[in-house]
Amino acid sequence: MPLSKQYWKARAIRYFFMTCAATSVLIVVLVFLFLGKESIPFVAKHGVGELFGEVWQPVSFEDEQFGILPLVTGSILVTLLATILAVPFGVVSAIYIAEMASPVEREIWKPVIELLAGIPSVVLGFFGLVVVAPLVKETFGLTSGLNALTGSILLALMAIPTIISISEDAIRNVPKSYKEASYSLGASKLQTIWKVTVPAALSGIVAAVMLGLGRVVGETMAVMMVTGNAAIITFSPVESVRTMTATVAAEMGEVPFGSDHYHALFVIGVVLLCMTFGLNMIAQKVLKKYRIG
Amino acid sequence: MSMKPRNIGEKIVYYSMLGVTYAILLVVIYIIADVVVGGIGTISWEFLTEAPRKSGEEGGIWPVIVGTLYLVLGTITFALPLGMAGAIYLSEYATQGRLTRMIRLAIVTLAGIPSVVLGLFGLGMFVIFLQLGASILAGSLTLACMILPTIIVASEESLRSIPQSFREGSLALGATKWETIRRNVLPYAIPGMMTGSILGVGRAAGETAPILLTVAAFFLPTLPTSVFDQCMALPYHLYILATQLPDAEKARPMQYGTALVLIAVVLGFNLTAIVIRSYFRRKYRW
Repeated sequence: MPLSKQYWKARAIRYFFMTCAATSVLIVVLVFLFLGKESIPFVAKHGVGELFGEVWQPVSFEDEQFGILPLVTGSILVTLLATILAVPFGVVSAIYIAEMASPVEREIWKPVIELLAGIPSVVLGFFGLVVVAPLVKETFGLTSGLNALTGSILLALMAIPTIISISEDAIRNVPKSYKEASYSLGASKLQTIWKVTVPAALSGIVAAVMLGLGRVVGETMAVMMVTGNAAIITFSPVESVRTMTATVAAEMGEVPFGSDHYHALFVIGVVLLCMTFGLNMIAQKVLKKYRIG
Repeated sequence: MSMKPRNIGEKIVYYSMLGVTYAILLVVIYIIADVVVGGIGTISWEFLTEAPRKSGEEGGIWPVIVGTLYLVLGTITFALPLGMAGAIYLSEYATQGRLTRMIRLAIVTLAGIPSVVLGLFGLGMFVIFLQLGASILAGSLTLACMILPTIIVASEESLRSIPQSFREGSLALGATKWETIRRNVLPYAIPGMMTGSILGVGRAAGETAPILLTVAAFFLPTLPTSVFDQCMALPYHLYILATQLPDAEKARPMQYGTALVLIAVVLGFNLTAIVIRSYFRRKYRW
Protein backbone atom coordinates (compact mmCIF):
# COMPACT_ATOMS: atom_id res chain seq x y z
CA MET A 1 0.00 0.00 0.00
CA PRO A 2 1.52 3.35 -0.99
CA LEU A 3 1.94 5.69 1.93
CA SER A 4 -0.46 8.59 1.73
CA LYS A 5 0.36 12.26 1.54
CA GLN A 6 -1.16 12.63 4.98
CA TYR A 7 1.29 10.15 6.44
CA TRP A 8 4.27 12.09 5.13
CA LYS A 9 2.81 15.36 6.33
CA ALA A 10 2.36 13.98 9.83
CA ARG A 11 5.91 12.68 9.83
CA ALA A 12 7.26 16.02 8.63
CA ILE A 13 5.45 17.87 11.42
CA ARG A 14 6.74 15.41 13.99
CA TYR A 15 10.33 15.76 12.80
CA PHE A 16 10.01 19.55 12.77
CA PHE A 17 9.08 19.61 16.47
CA MET A 18 11.71 17.01 17.28
CA THR A 19 14.39 19.17 15.64
CA CYS A 20 13.28 22.20 17.64
CA ALA A 21 13.48 20.23 20.89
CA ALA A 22 16.84 18.76 19.95
CA THR A 23 18.25 22.27 19.46
CA SER A 24 18.79 22.46 23.22
CA VAL A 25 21.05 19.40 22.99
CA LEU A 26 22.93 21.08 20.14
CA ILE A 27 23.38 24.30 22.14
CA VAL A 28 24.79 22.44 25.16
CA VAL A 29 27.20 20.49 22.94
CA LEU A 30 28.27 23.71 21.24
CA VAL A 31 28.84 25.44 24.60
CA PHE A 32 31.21 22.67 25.71
CA LEU A 33 32.84 22.55 22.26
CA PHE A 34 33.50 26.28 21.93
CA LEU A 35 34.77 26.72 25.47
CA GLY A 36 37.06 23.75 24.96
CA LYS A 37 38.24 24.98 21.58
CA GLU A 38 39.13 28.42 22.89
CA SER A 39 40.94 27.13 25.97
CA ILE A 40 43.05 24.43 24.30
CA PRO A 41 45.62 26.93 22.89
CA PHE A 42 46.43 28.04 26.44
CA VAL A 43 46.86 24.53 27.80
CA ALA A 44 48.91 23.55 24.74
CA LYS A 45 51.29 26.45 25.23
CA HIS A 46 51.62 26.69 29.00
CA GLY A 47 50.52 23.28 30.21
CA VAL A 48 48.06 22.66 33.01
CA GLY A 49 50.67 23.28 35.74
CA GLU A 50 50.73 27.03 35.14
CA LEU A 51 47.07 27.22 36.17
CA PHE A 52 47.84 26.02 39.70
CA GLY A 53 50.04 29.03 40.33
CA GLU A 54 49.26 31.37 43.16
CA VAL A 55 49.52 34.60 41.20
CA TRP A 56 47.03 35.92 38.69
CA GLN A 57 48.88 38.65 36.83
CA PRO A 58 47.75 38.43 33.23
CA VAL A 59 48.97 41.87 32.19
CA SER A 60 52.64 42.54 32.85
CA PHE A 61 55.69 43.63 30.85
CA GLU A 62 58.10 41.06 32.23
CA ASP A 63 56.31 38.15 33.72
CA GLU A 64 52.71 37.27 32.95
CA GLN A 65 51.31 34.74 35.38
CA PHE A 66 48.09 32.84 34.98
CA GLY A 67 47.61 31.07 38.31
CA ILE A 68 43.88 30.72 38.84
CA LEU A 69 44.18 29.51 42.46
CA PRO A 70 43.41 32.95 43.96
CA LEU A 71 40.33 33.19 41.75
CA VAL A 72 39.16 29.70 42.69
CA THR A 73 39.66 30.34 46.41
CA GLY A 74 37.90 33.71 45.96
CA SER A 75 34.89 31.99 44.43
CA ILE A 76 34.90 29.28 47.10
CA LEU A 77 35.16 31.81 49.93
CA VAL A 78 32.19 33.93 48.83
CA THR A 79 30.19 30.79 48.00
CA LEU A 80 30.80 29.25 51.44
CA LEU A 81 29.97 32.48 53.25
CA ALA A 82 26.83 32.90 51.16
CA THR A 83 25.79 29.34 51.98
CA ILE A 84 26.29 29.89 55.70
CA LEU A 85 24.06 32.97 55.45
CA ALA A 86 21.46 31.61 53.05
CA VAL A 87 20.83 28.10 54.41
CA PRO A 88 19.35 29.02 57.82
CA PHE A 89 17.12 31.72 56.32
CA GLY A 90 16.12 29.68 53.28
CA VAL A 91 15.42 26.41 55.07
CA VAL A 92 13.63 27.90 58.09
CA SER A 93 11.45 30.01 55.79
CA ALA A 94 10.66 26.99 53.64
CA ILE A 95 9.60 25.05 56.75
CA TYR A 96 7.53 27.98 57.99
CA ILE A 97 5.80 28.50 54.63
CA ALA A 98 5.16 24.80 54.03
CA GLU A 99 4.06 23.74 57.50
CA MET A 100 3.13 26.70 59.65
CA ALA A 101 1.85 29.51 57.44
CA SER A 102 -1.86 30.13 56.94
CA PRO A 103 -3.27 29.82 53.40
CA VAL A 104 -3.41 33.62 53.11
CA GLU A 105 0.25 33.94 54.13
CA ARG A 106 1.18 31.37 51.51
CA GLU A 107 -0.57 33.41 48.82
CA ILE A 108 1.59 36.39 49.82
CA TRP A 109 4.84 34.45 49.88
CA LYS A 110 4.78 33.11 46.35
CA PRO A 111 4.96 36.56 44.69
CA VAL A 112 7.47 37.79 47.31
CA ILE A 113 9.86 34.99 46.42
CA GLU A 114 9.28 35.60 42.71
CA LEU A 115 9.98 39.28 43.33
CA LEU A 116 13.29 38.59 45.07
CA ALA A 117 14.28 36.13 42.35
CA GLY A 118 13.33 38.71 39.73
CA ILE A 119 15.56 41.55 40.91
CA PRO A 120 18.36 41.82 38.32
CA SER A 121 21.76 41.03 39.80
CA VAL A 122 23.19 44.34 38.65
CA VAL A 123 20.52 46.15 40.68
CA LEU A 124 21.37 44.02 43.73
CA GLY A 125 25.03 44.84 43.11
CA PHE A 126 24.20 48.54 43.02
CA PHE A 127 22.19 48.22 46.23
CA GLY A 128 25.17 46.40 47.75
CA LEU A 129 27.51 49.16 46.70
CA VAL A 130 25.39 51.98 48.06
CA VAL A 131 23.76 50.38 51.12
CA VAL A 132 25.38 47.09 52.22
CA ALA A 133 29.06 48.00 51.72
CA PRO A 134 28.94 51.13 53.93
CA LEU A 135 27.03 49.12 56.53
CA VAL A 136 29.64 46.33 56.57
CA LYS A 137 32.42 48.91 56.68
CA GLU A 138 31.00 50.60 59.77
CA THR A 139 29.92 47.46 61.58
CA PHE A 140 33.38 45.91 61.41
CA GLY A 141 35.39 49.15 61.47
CA LEU A 142 37.07 48.50 58.13
CA THR A 143 38.70 50.86 55.68
CA SER A 144 36.57 49.55 52.83
CA GLY A 145 33.25 47.74 52.65
CA LEU A 146 34.14 46.11 49.35
CA ASN A 147 35.01 42.58 50.49
CA ALA A 148 34.00 38.94 50.47
CA LEU A 149 31.39 39.40 53.20
CA THR A 150 29.48 42.11 51.33
CA GLY A 151 29.53 39.96 48.20
CA SER A 152 28.26 36.92 50.04
CA ILE A 153 25.39 38.83 51.63
CA LEU A 154 24.12 39.70 48.15
CA LEU A 155 24.74 36.16 46.91
CA ALA A 156 22.76 34.79 49.86
CA LEU A 157 19.83 36.97 48.78
CA MET A 158 20.05 35.41 45.31
CA ALA A 159 20.27 31.83 46.59
CA ILE A 160 17.37 32.19 49.04
CA PRO A 161 14.52 32.06 46.45
CA THR A 162 15.91 28.83 44.94
CA ILE A 163 16.43 27.24 48.35
CA ILE A 164 12.97 28.22 49.60
CA SER A 165 10.96 27.07 46.61
CA ILE A 166 12.65 23.67 46.18
CA SER A 167 12.88 22.91 49.93
CA GLU A 168 9.21 23.79 50.24
CA ASP A 169 8.35 21.24 47.54
CA ALA A 170 10.48 18.65 49.32
CA ILE A 171 8.78 19.30 52.68
CA ARG A 172 5.30 19.13 51.16
CA ASN A 173 6.21 15.82 49.53
CA VAL A 174 6.64 14.12 52.89
CA PRO A 175 3.71 11.68 53.17
CA LYS A 176 0.92 12.82 55.44
CA SER A 177 0.95 9.46 57.21
CA TYR A 178 4.39 10.24 58.71
CA LYS A 179 3.03 13.32 60.41
CA GLU A 180 -0.18 11.65 61.47
CA ALA A 181 1.77 8.83 63.06
CA SER A 182 3.84 11.37 64.95
CA TYR A 183 0.77 13.30 66.15
CA SER A 184 -0.95 10.12 67.25
CA LEU A 185 2.02 9.35 69.50
CA GLY A 186 1.40 12.66 71.20
CA ALA A 187 4.13 14.73 69.58
CA SER A 188 3.51 18.42 69.23
CA LYS A 189 3.46 20.23 65.90
CA LEU A 190 7.01 21.58 66.34
CA GLN A 191 8.35 18.19 67.48
CA THR A 192 6.77 16.62 64.41
CA ILE A 193 8.30 19.24 62.10
CA TRP A 194 11.84 18.97 63.45
CA LYS A 195 11.95 15.26 64.26
CA VAL A 196 9.83 13.76 61.47
CA THR A 197 9.09 16.08 58.55
CA VAL A 198 12.47 17.78 58.15
CA PRO A 199 14.55 14.59 58.44
CA ALA A 200 12.26 12.93 55.88
CA ALA A 201 12.68 15.86 53.49
CA LEU A 202 16.39 16.27 54.16
CA SER A 203 17.69 14.96 50.84
CA GLY A 204 15.40 17.34 48.96
CA ILE A 205 16.58 20.21 51.13
CA VAL A 206 20.20 19.28 50.43
CA ALA A 207 19.45 19.25 46.70
CA ALA A 208 17.80 22.68 47.03
CA VAL A 209 20.91 24.05 48.72
CA MET A 210 23.10 22.59 45.98
CA LEU A 211 21.02 24.19 43.25
CA GLY A 212 21.28 27.47 45.15
CA LEU A 213 25.06 26.97 45.32
CA GLY A 214 25.17 26.43 41.56
CA ARG A 215 23.54 29.80 41.13
CA VAL A 216 25.91 31.47 43.59
CA VAL A 217 29.11 30.08 42.01
CA GLY A 218 28.06 31.35 38.60
CA GLU A 219 26.80 34.75 39.70
CA THR A 220 28.79 37.58 38.21
CA MET A 221 27.62 41.16 38.34
CA ALA A 222 26.77 41.65 42.00
CA VAL A 223 30.01 39.97 43.06
CA MET A 224 32.09 41.96 40.63
CA MET A 225 30.62 45.23 41.92
CA VAL A 226 31.14 44.69 45.66
CA THR A 227 34.02 42.30 46.40
CA GLY A 228 36.85 44.71 45.62
CA ASN A 229 38.38 42.39 43.01
CA ALA A 230 41.84 41.85 44.52
CA ALA A 231 43.26 38.55 43.25
CA ILE A 232 44.77 37.29 46.51
CA ILE A 233 44.50 33.98 48.35
CA THR A 234 42.70 34.63 51.62
CA PHE A 235 40.15 33.03 53.87
CA SER A 236 39.21 36.15 55.76
CA PRO A 237 35.65 37.35 55.08
CA VAL A 238 36.64 40.99 55.40
CA GLU A 239 39.39 40.85 52.77
CA SER A 240 38.84 41.84 49.19
CA VAL A 241 38.60 38.88 46.80
CA ARG A 242 38.25 38.30 43.10
CA THR A 243 36.00 35.51 41.85
CA MET A 244 36.33 33.52 38.63
CA THR A 245 33.17 35.01 37.18
CA ALA A 246 34.21 38.59 37.95
CA THR A 247 37.60 38.00 36.35
CA VAL A 248 36.06 36.81 33.10
CA ALA A 249 33.52 39.61 32.94
CA ALA A 250 35.92 42.38 33.91
CA GLU A 251 38.89 41.38 31.80
CA MET A 252 37.32 39.99 28.63
CA GLY A 253 36.54 43.48 27.37
CA GLU A 254 40.18 44.52 27.37
CA VAL A 255 42.13 41.49 26.17
CA PRO A 256 43.51 41.32 22.65
CA PHE A 257 41.74 38.58 20.70
CA GLY A 258 43.78 35.36 20.54
CA SER A 259 46.28 36.35 23.26
CA ASP A 260 47.31 34.02 26.10
CA HIS A 261 45.19 36.09 28.43
CA TYR A 262 42.16 35.67 26.14
CA HIS A 263 42.52 31.88 26.13
CA ALA A 264 43.21 31.82 29.88
CA LEU A 265 39.82 33.47 30.48
CA PHE A 266 38.19 30.65 28.51
CA VAL A 267 40.01 28.15 30.74
CA ILE A 268 38.35 29.85 33.72
CA GLY A 269 35.06 29.48 31.85
CA VAL A 270 35.66 25.73 31.52
CA VAL A 271 36.41 25.41 35.25
CA LEU A 272 33.19 27.30 36.06
CA LEU A 273 31.21 25.18 33.63
CA CYS A 274 32.50 21.95 35.19
CA MET A 275 31.81 23.12 38.75
CA THR A 276 28.23 24.20 38.08
CA PHE A 277 27.57 21.16 35.87
CA GLY A 278 28.75 18.84 38.67
CA LEU A 279 26.65 20.57 41.33
CA ASN A 280 23.58 20.51 39.12
CA MET A 281 23.90 16.87 38.15
CA ILE A 282 24.21 15.70 41.76
CA ALA A 283 21.25 17.87 42.80
CA GLN A 284 19.11 16.58 39.92
CA LYS A 285 19.96 12.98 40.80
CA VAL A 286 18.77 13.53 44.36
CA LEU A 287 15.62 15.36 43.26
CA LYS A 288 14.79 12.64 40.77
CA LYS A 289 15.34 9.87 43.28
CA TYR A 290 12.86 11.46 45.65
CA ARG A 291 10.53 12.68 42.87
CA ILE A 292 10.55 16.32 43.83
CA GLY A 293 9.91 19.28 41.56
CA MET B 1 -3.95 20.84 61.27
CA SER B 2 -3.42 23.72 63.62
CA MET B 3 -1.77 23.06 66.93
CA LYS B 4 -0.70 25.77 69.29
CA PRO B 5 2.80 25.76 70.76
CA ARG B 6 2.71 23.79 74.00
CA ASN B 7 5.14 25.52 76.31
CA ILE B 8 7.36 28.55 76.52
CA GLY B 9 10.24 26.78 74.75
CA GLU B 10 8.06 25.89 71.78
CA LYS B 11 6.73 29.42 71.71
CA ILE B 12 10.26 30.79 71.40
CA VAL B 13 11.08 28.40 68.55
CA TYR B 14 7.80 29.21 66.79
CA TYR B 15 8.26 32.95 66.96
CA SER B 16 11.91 32.85 65.94
CA MET B 17 10.99 30.83 62.85
CA LEU B 18 8.32 33.39 62.08
CA GLY B 19 10.86 36.17 62.62
CA VAL B 20 13.45 34.64 60.29
CA THR B 21 10.83 34.21 57.57
CA TYR B 22 9.51 37.73 57.81
CA ALA B 23 13.04 39.16 57.94
CA ILE B 24 13.34 38.11 54.29
CA LEU B 25 10.12 39.94 53.46
CA LEU B 26 11.47 43.07 55.15
CA VAL B 27 14.73 42.89 53.20
CA VAL B 28 12.86 42.53 49.89
CA ILE B 29 10.66 45.50 50.74
CA TYR B 30 13.70 47.51 51.83
CA ILE B 31 15.59 46.88 48.58
CA ILE B 32 12.64 47.80 46.39
CA ALA B 33 11.80 50.84 48.53
CA ASP B 34 15.41 52.04 48.47
CA VAL B 35 15.53 51.94 44.67
CA VAL B 36 12.08 53.52 44.28
CA VAL B 37 12.69 56.32 46.79
CA GLY B 38 16.19 56.97 45.43
CA GLY B 39 15.15 56.95 41.81
CA ILE B 40 11.73 58.52 41.69
CA GLY B 41 13.16 62.06 41.86
CA THR B 42 15.27 61.46 38.76
CA ILE B 43 12.45 60.19 36.58
CA SER B 44 11.33 62.98 34.32
CA TRP B 45 10.34 63.43 30.70
CA GLU B 46 13.87 64.63 29.99
CA PHE B 47 15.47 61.61 31.70
CA LEU B 48 13.38 59.16 29.70
CA THR B 49 13.67 60.82 26.29
CA GLU B 50 17.16 62.32 26.04
CA ALA B 51 20.60 60.85 25.42
CA PRO B 52 23.20 60.72 28.25
CA ARG B 53 25.61 63.65 28.54
CA LYS B 54 28.95 64.03 30.35
CA SER B 55 29.60 60.26 30.43
CA GLY B 56 26.19 59.63 31.88
CA GLU B 57 26.34 62.07 34.77
CA GLU B 58 23.66 64.18 33.15
CA GLY B 59 21.00 63.90 30.51
CA GLY B 60 18.79 60.89 30.06
CA ILE B 61 18.73 57.22 29.10
CA TRP B 62 16.56 57.09 25.95
CA PRO B 63 19.09 55.21 23.77
CA VAL B 64 19.68 52.83 26.67
CA ILE B 65 15.97 52.00 26.88
CA VAL B 66 15.80 51.55 23.10
CA GLY B 67 18.80 49.20 23.22
CA THR B 68 17.20 47.00 25.87
CA LEU B 69 13.97 46.99 23.84
CA TYR B 70 15.81 45.78 20.73
CA LEU B 71 17.60 43.07 22.70
CA VAL B 72 14.34 41.87 24.23
CA LEU B 73 12.63 41.79 20.82
CA GLY B 74 15.58 39.93 19.30
CA THR B 75 15.62 37.41 22.13
CA ILE B 76 11.88 36.78 21.82
CA THR B 77 12.19 36.27 18.06
CA PHE B 78 14.67 33.42 18.53
CA ALA B 79 13.71 31.86 21.83
CA LEU B 80 9.90 31.94 21.76
CA PRO B 81 9.13 29.89 18.60
CA LEU B 82 11.98 27.46 19.30
CA GLY B 83 11.06 26.99 22.96
CA MET B 84 7.34 26.53 22.28
CA ALA B 85 7.97 24.07 19.45
CA GLY B 86 10.39 22.15 21.67
CA ALA B 87 7.77 22.01 24.41
CA ILE B 88 5.13 20.74 21.94
CA TYR B 89 7.48 17.89 21.03
CA LEU B 90 8.19 16.99 24.65
CA SER B 91 4.56 17.12 25.71
CA GLU B 92 2.70 15.77 22.65
CA TYR B 93 5.09 13.64 20.62
CA ALA B 94 8.00 12.42 22.73
CA THR B 95 8.10 8.82 23.89
CA GLN B 96 10.28 7.46 26.68
CA GLY B 97 13.63 6.94 25.07
CA ARG B 98 17.21 7.99 24.66
CA LEU B 99 16.51 11.14 22.66
CA THR B 100 13.92 12.39 25.14
CA ARG B 101 16.27 11.70 28.05
CA MET B 102 19.06 13.55 26.26
CA ILE B 103 16.83 16.56 25.55
CA ARG B 104 15.72 16.73 29.18
CA LEU B 105 19.30 16.46 30.41
CA ALA B 106 20.32 19.23 27.99
CA ILE B 107 17.57 21.54 29.24
CA VAL B 108 18.58 21.06 32.88
CA THR B 109 22.24 21.55 32.01
CA LEU B 110 21.60 24.66 29.94
CA ALA B 111 19.53 26.16 32.75
CA GLY B 112 22.44 25.66 35.15
CA ILE B 113 25.17 27.20 33.00
CA PRO B 114 26.30 30.51 34.55
CA SER B 115 25.32 33.52 32.45
CA VAL B 116 28.91 34.71 32.16
CA VAL B 117 29.93 31.33 30.70
CA LEU B 118 27.11 31.64 28.17
CA GLY B 119 28.54 35.08 27.43
CA LEU B 120 31.92 33.46 26.69
CA PHE B 121 30.15 30.97 24.44
CA GLY B 122 28.33 33.79 22.64
CA LEU B 123 31.61 35.59 22.15
CA GLY B 124 33.37 32.51 20.80
CA MET B 125 30.50 31.27 18.65
CA PHE B 126 28.40 34.22 17.48
CA VAL B 127 30.76 37.19 17.68
CA ILE B 128 33.94 35.54 16.43
CA PHE B 129 33.22 32.20 14.74
CA LEU B 130 30.07 33.30 12.86
CA GLN B 131 31.62 36.76 12.44
CA LEU B 132 28.54 38.63 13.61
CA GLY B 133 30.76 41.00 15.58
CA ALA B 134 29.59 42.61 18.80
CA SER B 135 26.03 43.18 17.66
CA ILE B 136 22.38 43.11 18.63
CA LEU B 137 22.10 39.84 16.72
CA ALA B 138 24.94 38.16 18.67
CA GLY B 139 23.57 39.46 21.99
CA SER B 140 20.01 38.35 21.25
CA LEU B 141 21.16 34.87 20.24
CA THR B 142 23.18 34.54 23.45
CA LEU B 143 20.26 35.70 25.60
CA ALA B 144 17.95 33.37 23.68
CA CYS B 145 20.17 30.38 24.60
CA MET B 146 19.96 31.53 28.21
CA ILE B 147 16.15 31.72 28.46
CA LEU B 148 15.34 28.75 26.22
CA PRO B 149 15.10 26.30 29.17
CA THR B 150 12.70 28.60 31.06
CA ILE B 151 10.40 28.82 28.04
CA ILE B 152 10.49 25.07 27.30
CA VAL B 153 9.83 24.03 30.90
CA ALA B 154 6.97 26.50 31.42
CA SER B 155 5.38 25.73 28.06
CA GLU B 156 5.55 21.99 28.57
CA GLU B 157 3.95 22.33 31.98
CA SER B 158 1.15 24.38 30.46
CA LEU B 159 0.58 21.84 27.66
CA ARG B 160 0.50 18.96 30.13
CA SER B 161 -2.14 20.68 32.23
CA ILE B 162 -4.63 20.43 29.33
CA PRO B 163 -6.85 17.41 30.10
CA GLN B 164 -6.26 14.31 27.98
CA SER B 165 -9.98 14.24 27.10
CA PHE B 166 -9.53 17.38 24.96
CA ARG B 167 -7.15 15.43 22.74
CA GLU B 168 -9.15 12.20 22.76
CA GLY B 169 -12.36 13.98 21.78
CA SER B 170 -10.74 15.55 18.78
CA LEU B 171 -8.93 12.38 17.70
CA ALA B 172 -12.15 10.38 18.02
CA LEU B 173 -13.82 12.72 15.53
CA GLY B 174 -11.15 11.82 13.00
CA ALA B 175 -8.85 14.81 13.34
CA THR B 176 -5.14 14.22 12.81
CA LYS B 177 -2.66 14.65 15.62
CA TRP B 178 -1.54 18.05 14.36
CA GLU B 179 -5.13 19.27 13.87
CA THR B 180 -5.84 18.17 17.42
CA ILE B 181 -2.85 20.02 18.81
CA ARG B 182 -3.55 23.14 16.79
CA ARG B 183 -7.28 23.41 17.43
CA ASN B 184 -7.89 21.69 20.73
CA VAL B 185 -4.70 21.92 22.78
CA LEU B 186 -2.72 25.02 21.83
CA PRO B 187 -5.54 27.58 22.18
CA TYR B 188 -5.96 26.60 25.83
CA ALA B 189 -2.27 26.19 26.55
CA ILE B 190 -1.09 29.46 25.00
CA PRO B 191 -1.82 31.67 28.05
CA GLY B 192 0.27 29.42 30.29
CA MET B 193 3.02 29.24 27.70
CA MET B 194 3.03 33.04 27.46
CA THR B 195 3.28 33.42 31.24
CA GLY B 196 6.41 31.33 31.48
CA SER B 197 7.92 32.95 28.45
CA ILE B 198 7.35 36.47 29.73
CA LEU B 199 9.12 35.53 32.99
CA GLY B 200 12.08 34.33 30.93
CA VAL B 201 12.14 37.47 28.83
CA GLY B 202 12.09 39.59 31.98
CA ARG B 203 15.21 37.77 33.10
CA ALA B 204 16.87 38.43 29.75
CA ALA B 205 16.14 42.16 30.05
CA GLY B 206 17.94 42.30 33.39
CA GLU B 207 21.02 40.21 32.56
CA THR B 208 24.36 41.95 32.25
CA ALA B 209 27.14 39.39 31.93
CA PRO B 210 26.12 37.85 28.57
CA ILE B 211 25.60 41.18 26.83
CA LEU B 212 28.80 42.56 28.33
CA LEU B 213 30.73 40.14 26.14
CA THR B 214 28.55 40.12 23.04
CA VAL B 215 26.82 43.43 22.36
CA ALA B 216 26.86 46.21 24.91
CA ALA B 217 28.51 49.57 24.45
CA PHE B 218 28.53 52.25 27.12
CA PHE B 219 28.08 55.19 24.82
CA LEU B 220 26.97 55.38 21.22
CA PRO B 221 26.34 58.68 19.46
CA THR B 222 23.45 57.33 17.39
CA LEU B 223 20.68 54.80 17.84
CA PRO B 224 21.40 51.39 16.31
CA THR B 225 20.14 51.13 12.73
CA SER B 226 20.60 47.42 12.04
CA VAL B 227 20.90 44.12 13.88
CA PHE B 228 24.65 44.21 13.24
CA ASP B 229 25.10 47.37 15.32
CA GLN B 230 26.08 47.46 18.96
CA CYS B 231 23.60 48.95 21.37
CA MET B 232 23.42 50.35 24.87
CA ALA B 233 21.42 48.47 27.50
CA LEU B 234 19.91 49.27 30.90
CA PRO B 235 21.80 46.74 33.06
CA TYR B 236 25.15 47.50 31.46
CA HIS B 237 24.53 51.24 31.73
CA LEU B 238 23.80 50.90 35.45
CA TYR B 239 26.95 48.80 35.94
CA ILE B 240 29.16 51.43 34.26
CA LEU B 241 27.51 54.36 36.05
CA ALA B 242 27.91 52.62 39.41
CA THR B 243 31.49 51.39 39.08
CA GLN B 244 33.42 53.05 36.27
CA LEU B 245 32.88 56.78 36.75
CA PRO B 246 35.60 58.78 38.52
CA ASP B 247 33.05 60.56 40.69
CA ALA B 248 30.41 57.98 41.53
CA GLU B 249 28.70 60.13 44.18
CA LYS B 250 27.89 62.82 41.64
CA ALA B 251 26.15 60.35 39.37
CA ARG B 252 23.96 58.90 42.18
CA PRO B 253 20.69 60.35 40.85
CA MET B 254 21.39 58.90 37.40
CA GLN B 255 22.34 55.54 38.94
CA TYR B 256 19.16 55.35 41.00
CA GLY B 257 17.07 56.53 38.05
CA THR B 258 18.51 53.82 35.80
CA ALA B 259 18.09 51.17 38.51
CA LEU B 260 14.45 52.17 38.97
CA VAL B 261 13.70 52.02 35.24
CA LEU B 262 15.43 48.62 35.00
CA ILE B 263 13.53 47.21 37.97
CA ALA B 264 10.29 48.63 36.56
CA VAL B 265 10.94 46.95 33.20
CA VAL B 266 11.82 43.54 34.72
CA LEU B 267 9.09 43.54 37.35
CA GLY B 268 6.70 44.92 34.73
CA PHE B 269 7.26 41.74 32.73
CA ASN B 270 6.71 39.63 35.85
CA LEU B 271 3.54 41.51 36.76
CA THR B 272 2.16 41.09 33.23
CA ALA B 273 2.81 37.37 33.51
CA ILE B 274 1.01 37.16 36.85
CA VAL B 275 -1.99 39.13 35.54
CA ILE B 276 -2.29 36.92 32.45
CA ARG B 277 -2.02 33.82 34.63
CA SER B 278 -4.77 34.85 37.02
CA TYR B 279 -7.04 36.15 34.20
CA PHE B 280 -6.96 32.89 32.28
CA ARG B 281 -7.19 30.79 35.41
CA ARG B 282 -10.56 32.37 35.99
CA LYS B 283 -11.61 32.14 32.34
CA TYR B 284 -10.78 28.49 31.71
CA ARG B 285 -11.87 25.92 34.21
CA TRP B 286 -12.14 22.21 33.68
